[in-house]
Amino acid sequence: MELLEVKELSRNFGGINAVDSLSFEAKTGLVTGIIGPNGAGKTTVFNLITGVYKPTCGEITFDSRNCTGLRPDIIVKTGISRTFQNIRLFKRSTCLENVLTPILQRKECSIVSALVRLGSARRIEREAKEEAMSVLSAMGLSNEANRVAGTLPYGLQRKLEIARAIAASPKLLLLDEPAAGMNPEETLSLVDLISEIRRKFNLTILLIEHHMDLVMNICDHIVVMESGRLLFRGAPDEVRRNEKVIEAYLGKSANKQKA
Amino acid sequence: MSAYIPYITHIFMIVGINIIAVTGLSIFTGFTGLFSLGHAAFVGIGAYISGILTYYEYTNYYVALLAGMAGATVASLIIGIPTLRAKLRSDYFAIATLGFGEALRVTLDNLDITNGARGLGLEVHTTPIVLLFSLVAVLFTASNFLKSRYGAACIAIREDSIAAEMSGVNLFRTRLLSLVLSAAFCGLSGGLLAHYFSFIKPDMFMLVQSTQLLATVIAGGMGSLSGPAIVSLVFMSLPEILRWLEMWRLPAYGLLLVLIMIHRPQGLMGYRELTDFFVIFKRREKGGKN
Repeated sequence: MELLEVKELSRNFGGINAVDSLSFEAKTGLVTGIIGPNGAGKTTVFNLITGVYKPTCGEITFDSRNCTGLRPDIIVKTGISRTFQNIRLFKRSTCLENVLTPILQRKECSIVSALVRLGSARRIEREAKEEAMSVLSAMGLSNEANRVAGTLPYGLQRKLEIARAIAASPKLLLLDEPAAGMNPEETLSLVDLISEIRRKFNLTILLIEHHMDLVMNICDHIVVMESGRLLFRGAPDEVRRNEKVIEAYLGKSANKQKA
Repeated sequence: MSAYIPYITHIFMIVGINIIAVTGLSIFTGFTGLFSLGHAAFVGIGAYISGILTYYEYTNYYVALLAGMAGATVASLIIGIPTLRAKLRSDYFAIATLGFGEALRVTLDNLDITNGARGLGLEVHTTPIVLLFSLVAVLFTASNFLKSRYGAACIAIREDSIAAEMSGVNLFRTRLLSLVLSAAFCGLSGGLLAHYFSFIKPDMFMLVQSTQLLATVIAGGMGSLSGPAIVSLVFMSLPEILRWLEMWRLPAYGLLLVLIMIHRPQGLMGYRELTDFFVIFKRREKGGKN
């Protein structure tokens, strides 16, 4: 079943078609990868799905509801959550506070009871904190809970961002270059981590990535983009063998060098 | 020594009234990250509405205080809805509030009911007990607010507005709520001030006062309630302590501000609270990890 369905999606920036009538699906429970050379429009697709940009035309259906052009905070509530290519943490807050923020936004608490901090408000705070700690420990960050996010090493910042995205309790998780700046070992452990959280939190994942070993390892389905358009889509093996993909993305001689 | 008690009480009164307004601005500028150059206008609205109500004997003092708060809240909605909906960036928003402050002064100067530039003479109603009660209530609700989902949303917006939205935060509503709460506190401060000094005139609520509130928040620490409160104590009592400096008092005040900005650019308390230090202290005593 398709959890996310993107139909004829386009976005125009002052005459340039960053995304040009792109269609693809993400099936429930699977990992779908989006690859393509720099400037292919991959991050723009993420920004369109999450409501950061409004599409020029086209339709986005999530969980059989039309989500085209909704505000980001509403899209989060329908069950889509994401990380960013250039890490966007709440840098001066602690790791716990980072993860706590989306959890608290899901809880109902009237402004009056928040101001007086009635018993119910305290209970919500406590529950949210427990939930946040369990997300942190799932990501192996429980020892850093009280550390200020901006002081974490790069790899942990990436992990914390994933933790915060999971804390929004999504059905679909969008990861924008989760392995960017990681060495091969870290990338490998990230592959394990992603498979683990997918099982644990019952997630469907859509990810943008340049590390081919990660993409080929983890994705069930791959969407290849070039200059805003769909170039090819299929299983990793098909993508690896496809002439057009090899030519556009890996370069003409790449199949001889590595494949 | 006992001769000094009224004098010290006076200093604590002006400090307390100032802390209430500073706490209001701290929620908006310190925690939500939006700059305002017009918060003295909310103090002014609170002062004038409550002052007019007691001056013409429409209501008693306590109702007038609440009405002053309500008036400042309504004013914050009027200025906040169009500007925050337009997602004005922080500096543009500051200019909008600057214009709002000036518009208020001109209005107060020209209305009959406010007695124009001559001002209103009022009775003294703000006693130390009333002030203490208000101050505790304000600090209590402010710190509760910051612990709640609303406060978490404000801080998230200050740190990264796009990531905040992707955490489920409604930018417009959260910013507006933050403005409304801060205006309500400033309005209360105004009502207390009017009935303490027993005299108000339009030029008590101008850009100079707005700037001073902002300077107090920045020097105290953006993202701290206790920092600005401590700095407020220093700034308000400094002119008294430095009386012997006579005309050099203002340069001394400026020098202090410059020194804080050089040596503690994050403000006196930065993004921490006084209570955080007690927690650290306790942990050390226990011999814990931190």
